[in-house]
Amino acid sequence: MTTPATELNAVINSEVDPDADQFLTFILGEEEYGVDILRVQEIKGWDSVTPIPNTPEYIKGVINLRGTIVPIVDLRQRFSMPEVEYGPVTVVIVLKIECADRDRIMGIVVDGVSDVYDVPEEEMKDAPDFGNVVDTEFVRGLATVDEKMIIILDIDHLLSGKEMKATDTLSA
Amino acid sequence: MQQFHQTFFEESFEGLDIMENELLNLDVGNADSEVINTIFRSAHSIKGGSGTFGFTAVAEFTHVAETLLDEMRDGVRQVTQESVDILLKSVDVMRDMLTALKDGGDMDAENIATVQKQLEELLGTEGTSNTSAPESGSNNENSGVDGWLISFRPHIEMLRTGNDPVRMMYALTELGDIETKADLSALPAFADLNPEDSFLGWEITLKGDVNKDDITEVFDWVEDECDLEITPLSSSSAQEIESTPTDAPATTDTPTPAASPTKQAGSKKSTESASIRVGIDKVDEIINLVGELVITQSMLGQIGGEIGNDEGHNSSRMEKLLEGLAQLERNTREIQESVMRIRMLPISFVFSRVPRLVHDLSGKLDKKVELVTTGENTELDKTVMEKIGDPMVHLVRNALDHGIEPPEARKQEGKPETGTLTLNAYHKGGSIVIEISDDGAGINKERVLNKARANGLVGENETLTDDAINDLIFHPGLSTAESLSDVSGRGVGMDVVRKNIKSLGGSVRVDSVEGKGTIFTIQLPLTLAILDGQLVRVGSETFIIPLVSIIESIQVKSDNLNGIAGKADLYKLREEYIPVIRAQHVFGMEDDNASLNDRLMVVVEGDGHKAGIIVDDLLAQQQVVIKSLETNYERVDGLSGATILGDGTVALILDIAGVIEMFKTLSAPVPPSPVDPDGKDSDIAEEAA
Repeated sequence: MTTPATELNAVINSEVDPDADQFLTFILGEEEYGVDILRVQEIKGWDSVTPIPNTPEYIKGVINLRGTIVPIVDLRQRFSMPEVEYGPVTVVIVLKIECADRDRIMGIVVDGVSDVYDVPEEEMKDAPDFGNVVDTEFVRGLATVDEKMIIILDIDHLLSGKEMKATDTLSA
Repeated sequence: MQQFHQTFFEESFEGLDIMENELLNLDVGNADSEVINTIFRSAHSIKGGSGTFGFTAVAEFTHVAETLLDEMRDGVRQVTQESVDILLKSVDVMRDMLTALKDGGDMDAENIATVQKQLEELLGTEGTSNTSAPESGSNNENSGVDGWLISFRPHIEMLRTGNDPVRMMYALTELGDIETKADLSALPAFADLNPEDSFLGWEITLKGDVNKDDITEVFDWVEDECDLEITPLSSSSAQEIESTPTDAPATTDTPTPAASPTKQAGSKKSTESASIRVGIDKVDEIINLVGELVITQSMLGQIGGEIGNDEGHNSSRMEKLLEGLAQLERNTREIQESVMRIRMLPISFVFSRVPRLVHDLSGKLDKKVELVTTGENTELDKTVMEKIGDPMVHLVRNALDHGIEPPEARKQEGKPETGTLTLNAYHKGGSIVIEISDDGAGINKERVLNKARANGLVGENETLTDDAINDLIFHPGLSTAESLSDVSGRGVGMDVVRKNIKSLGGSVRVDSVEGKGTIFTIQLPLTLAILDGQLVRVGSETFIIPLVSIIESIQVKSDNLNGIAGKADLYKLREEYIPVIRAQHVFGMEDDNASLNDRLMVVVEGDGHKAGIIVDDLLAQQQVVIKSLETNYERVDGLSGATILGDGTVALILDIAGVIEMFKTLSAPVPPSPVDPDGKDSDIAEEAA
């Protein structure tokens, strides 16, 4: 089994090249979002959670992930999108969130996972400012793959404890 | 190098503790040479370690103390009370120095110099000369030397003591450029090679103007485990050959240097205790995994039972399976228990701090005190242990300062001149009880009461029971010491003691008889990792109420229900009115049952407030492993954590004090009366409570 040198190089380069990050994309309604694949810990099917009282709606609760208590965020609710029934393809993407003080593990509920893409840094475009219509603070950038727009999320910003609280008061 | 610092500090502090204990054990005038030896060894380890890590200040200071110890060991010097006291002071200085190094703080140079001077005066020597240092290391014929030829041949077993030749090479490179030539002649055939033995030898050429002392210091740890020859390279100075006394046959070393995990500072001590040092995070990880194992096991057990029911027990394979599952269950339980025990340490770790304290304080206060400790082997969780030390030391100080009287006063009272301070520990149910008792003066109730009256804590005409008066000493701002001393008595202590103990989920009480003595009784949970909980159902969710917070569980009788302002409910529990908290309410869940009649109420107490919590069902009582919500989320009001139940689902643990607090703020804004918009409505909440 031989691998052509060019292909091998491409692989090596893609690993070395910091501009071509890989993103796992998932679906929310009609939209496709991406998260840095290095942050994805695992993908699991939706299972029942233990709700935590007096937390924002989008915190669905906590699950037991091999002995660790992991909070689950419904991304639709987080973005104030219409709720849907959880179905067989509803998945939880477990992500590592890097906060200032420590790393956390959190899960997000999405409609379904889609694909993995390479997106070079230079192909990522800034999200336009929508003013108050859409909060673009959590958008790291926009990328185009196969004519589709993919919204690359800044999950640290989106899911850090401080931001979760701040938006809670915003939406109120 | 950095990675070994932590180990070095831990071991040095341990060594200091050993020194301290043994010094206190030392029988002045008739010292046991074995005890002196132990002290000496600890000092020597610290000196060697600090030298290795470049903490020269510590090494120099320790060296002086070590010299004194060495003379004692050799019988040249008598063990006097004076020298013991100075050595104890040196232990403190060393501890301070190491603490400063560890935390990056400043050393108290003045204090160090004072104690060092005292030591030197005692030694009768000037400066830090090495008159009788154990390693005859004062070869200062370094000048004019171009370098050294070092022949280093480790004995076959050197690696087993945790010494790594590569580390020594590194240390040498810090002194100058080195060239090494390995001698492979003793290397056996691969099949015969034991990776734990050392077969290699080296000829090392060290170039540069290097002090021979520095070189011997590098090999300080292995001087008995290798053949070492250090020869000057230049012809200008006299040829000197120093070889260590031991001569062993072929000497060498394995070719896998970096792989051997080294702890130089530990090598000498490792023979003395059969224990290993493991990071607490590793233990916690095992505890987590075992928790998972228990869940998996119970799941398997359940499935096995179901299959057995469906297919009958007639097939022999089925029987075997069920047998195996039962075996698995026993084993997992045993594993779980053993793993939890890893975190448990005997309370002697805390008790061992006390003898020194008593020694120092009784000297300072001119009192005669005998310390009696019992139950040192009672085990409790390390986390609890770390937090109980300070409150306990405080109570001991108090007992010595306020409790035990000076000898003359004791004589007048007809007591023996020497007072007795007793520390006792024992298990009681799921808790550990620590008693600190003295046979001193006891609490002067009149004075406490007068002071409390003066401070307005107790009304002029109020009468209190003896217990209630004694309990006043835990109130902030009450200190009855007639004079303030640096030992205790600033009136900020006992309240902190109680607060700290409460924060651990424990309690502290005091019993005292005037003229006879005082007993402080501390009760603590054995561990913070496990909690005895009552599982309750609220709506469709399961919550856990810590058993320690529960007073009783009753069925609500509507006759005893009273409303306040048509809003808050009060329940008449015997002679008391307690607020009724609807769990659903506090947790923002829907309550499908508006009536409280006949429902279950758990009477709880948190932070001194009682309340009744309405729940839908009482489930099992069980021990649960506490897991933090903050690890991946954040603190949630009214919850102290979460746990994983047998079926793998998560249940939340209630923080009773928090729930009561939430209930107050929740019910506060409800009353229709106009409320001051700035006020936090706490007055109203207080009324409701």
